[in-house]
Amino acid sequence: MINPVAEPVSLMHYLVVGAILFVCGVVCMTAKRNAIGVLMGIELVLNGANLNFVAFGSPYLQSGGAPSLGLDGHLMALFVIVLAAAEAAMALAIALSFYNAHATVDVDQANELKR
Amino acid sequence: MDLAQVLPLLLGLAWLTPLASFAAIVFFGPRMGHAGKGAGYVAIGAIAASAVLSILALIAWLIAHPLGGGHDAAHPVAAIAGEWYPLAVAGELKIAIGYYIDGLTVAMFAMVTVVALCIHVYSLGYMHEELHEVTDPLVTLANGQTLKRRGRFHRFFQYLSLFCFSMLGLVIAGNVAMVFVFWELVGICSYLLIGFYIERKSASNAANKAFIVNRVGDFGMIVGLMALWSGLGTFSFDEIFQQVRPAGHGPAAHGHALTVPDGMVRFAAREEIAAIYQGTPDARQAEHAIREQLPGWRAEGLGYGLLVVAGLGIFCGCVGKSAQFPLHVWLPDAMEGPTPVSALIHAATMVAAGVYLVGRFYPVFTPEVLLVIAVVGCITLFIAATIALTATDIKRVLAYSTVSQLGYMMLALGVGGWVAGLFHLFTHAFFKALLFLCSGSVIHATGTNEMPRMGGLLRKMPWTAGTMLVGCLAIAGAGIPLVIGLSGYYSKDGILAQLYSFAGQNPSYAWLFYVAAGGAALTAFYMFRLWFMTFLGSPRDEHVYAHAHESPRVMVVPLVILAVFAVIAGWNVPGTELGLQPLLEQARPLGTAEGASQGLFLPTLTLPAEHLSHAHEIHVPVTLLAFSVAVAGFLLAAVIYWWRLLDADVISRMFWPVHDFLRNKWWFDELYQFLFVRPVLAGARLAAGIDRVVIDGLAHALAGAVRLFSRFDDWIDRLFVDGAVNATANVTYEAGLRLREIQTGAIRQYVMWVAAGTVGLFVLAMFLWSYTLAGP
Repeated sequence: MINPVAEPVSLMHYLVVGAILFVCGVVCMTAKRNAIGVLMGIELVLNGANLNFVAFGSPYLQSGGAPSLGLDGHLMALFVIVLAAAEAAMALAIALSFYNAHATVDVDQANELKR
Repeated sequence: MDLAQVLPLLLGLAWLTPLASFAAIVFFGPRMGHAGKGAGYVAIGAIAASAVLSILALIAWLIAHPLGGGHDAAHPVAAIAGEWYPLAVAGELKIAIGYYIDGLTVAMFAMVTVVALCIHVYSLGYMHEELHEVTDPLVTLANGQTLKRRGRFHRFFQYLSLFCFSMLGLVIAGNVAMVFVFWELVGICSYLLIGFYIERKSASNAANKAFIVNRVGDFGMIVGLMALWSGLGTFSFDEIFQQVRPAGHGPAAHGHALTVPDGMVRFAAREEIAAIYQGTPDARQAEHAIREQLPGWRAEGLGYGLLVVAGLGIFCGCVGKSAQFPLHVWLPDAMEGPTPVSALIHAATMVAAGVYLVGRFYPVFTPEVLLVIAVVGCITLFIAATIALTATDIKRVLAYSTVSQLGYMMLALGVGGWVAGLFHLFTHAFFKALLFLCSGSVIHATGTNEMPRMGGLLRKMPWTAGTMLVGCLAIAGAGIPLVIGLSGYYSKDGILAQLYSFAGQNPSYAWLFYVAAGGAALTAFYMFRLWFMTFLGSPRDEHVYAHAHESPRVMVVPLVILAVFAVIAGWNVPGTELGLQPLLEQARPLGTAEGASQGLFLPTLTLPAEHLSHAHEIHVPVTLLAFSVAVAGFLLAAVIYWWRLLDADVISRMFWPVHDFLRNKWWFDELYQFLFVRPVLAGARLAAGIDRVVIDGLAHALAGAVRLFSRFDDWIDRLFVDGAVNATANVTYEAGLRLREIQTGAIRQYVMWVAAGTVGLFVLAMFLWSYTLAGP
């Protein structure tokens, strides 16, 4: 069993940080009742994934001679950032609209379609 | 222009004008003036135009064919025959709308239109009640109230116009088929008018009775038509007369003796003809042989029976239409119609049609048929005259008098008095129309038909009383014997003279003369009984008397005009031979001037020539006799109903069996009720019962079976087909309901599930596919 803290910074470390970010995001999404909080959780999840893309695309972080993603990883990361921006704009618009209608941004209140 | 073109044009226009009026009233009647009052003027205008045209035609005819010249050999009868429009042609057979115009046609046109014109004008006053809403006190509705209905003024005149059109069409018709069509039209018009107050049960019954009784006669007529059609192959009067009365045949100077036509002989000898055709191979030779045989067969009497059947059949129709015994029962009931209709039916149109047709068809009748006509007429005149003695309804007295007078006409025609019978038809038309219109005036004024409730009306209604007296005198045949008289005097004398001449030749049929002479006394009695009861004496019903008033001028003027005609219709223009009787003499059909030869079945019967009855030794005694019996009848009526030397009630009680018998009209209605109506109704009920039980039962059983089967089918449908579909739907629905519960709508829960699911998938992937994914 290797001790990650004792090791030099490698791909694994990025992946661990990305996983932690991802889990934090998921927890935030599930735990927060505030819509803005949920959005923040989403951003965390996306950034966790982005970190993975970037790490896989880096030429300096190869492990075991496996080929890196190269610029593809960076491009994907850029895509994700653009999509995240668009998504944030949409989601905030929805949140605002919902607030206008219900004077709250509690996502648990947004269950009208169930009925 | 040529007379042969002018006359059809004039009479055709006179015939069609009422039809135009009818059509106009049908479409625009209710909108003509206030409540359709204009319809009356339209109809009057039409019939007036018709009358003018008819009189013009009469004048044209008289100019072209001066009277009194006798028949010449080349043109034995002046007649114009032709066609307007051929309806159907099949080989040599043909049916057309044609005309046959002779003196009789022209005279009938003038008479019918003039009488109808008077009746139309009179109706304008008589029917004025129909201009506004009518309350019919004789009809009680189911809720106990009396009937209220809209006035039917225009409809009355519409029917009158149609009636005139039909009658004129019948008169001008050039063939028997056309006669039959208008015959039926006249029947339907009388049906419509008798049932004018259709809401009254009695009126609708009377209309039905008139129509159904006429059907009986028409059945015989159709048989006669078939016999003629099969024997002669033509319906045209002209061709029929030429075949039945060929020129130069017979012993008489003018020829034209009654001859069985070839067609009928061939029909009767069809077996012999078939034998000749079998024996002779060449068709032309066979035809020649048949031609040679024809006179022999005719002499044997072959085909004569068919001619008799044709004559009897035609007469059968006339019996129905002219209300002869035994089909006379409808005419008195026809009194249910408005009085002008009664006048029209009794004088100018319906019943005249029968006598007219007998006159028109006269050349076809064999002596046997003529004897039947005479006997039927004689029976009719006696029965009707006796019933009229006791009737108390003023219109019924007149109705029976009509039946009786029609009997006279038939009797006269039957014994060879062609001119006498038709002459009486004309004179009778005038005075009977007059009498009916007078009675209508009385009914109008008093509101009742019952003579026992009238009396003393002379002071209240002098014009009506005066004109009616003229009518009574005319029908009774009043006059100064051998000098001058009213129209009835001439026509009745003509009939009796011919009868006397006939009785002299055939002593075994002398009873015809005695009955007719007795009938003259009865006529005078019941007519003056009517007049005395209505107009003389003290008022028997104060209420009726107080209510009575003279009729308006529009009703009185036609009475006066008709009264004038009733007086002068029998006269010739002084110093000339211009008159009705010479005109009819000129129209006398082919071969009847010489009297008839003996019939095949009745060799002893001789019909004397009519001109023999004008001989002094016949004419004088008969005139005196007729006058004296009429005076006797008049005196008897005066003794009982005017001077009241005898009490009518006492007499009727004294002779109560006779009185009852006559009051009940010889029990004819009851007899027919028992003999025909009941069995027919019973048969109808039986048929209805069979219908209801057997046929309806069968239908119902079938329907029940179908229903049962469909119910079973329905059950299968519901249980299996619908069940399968519904089960699918239910399962889907239930599944949906269950799945729905997953959708909580809580986003965070979804996210958690997504996360948990992802983890779960990874775990699964690790366990299940770890080896394959690991790769080499």
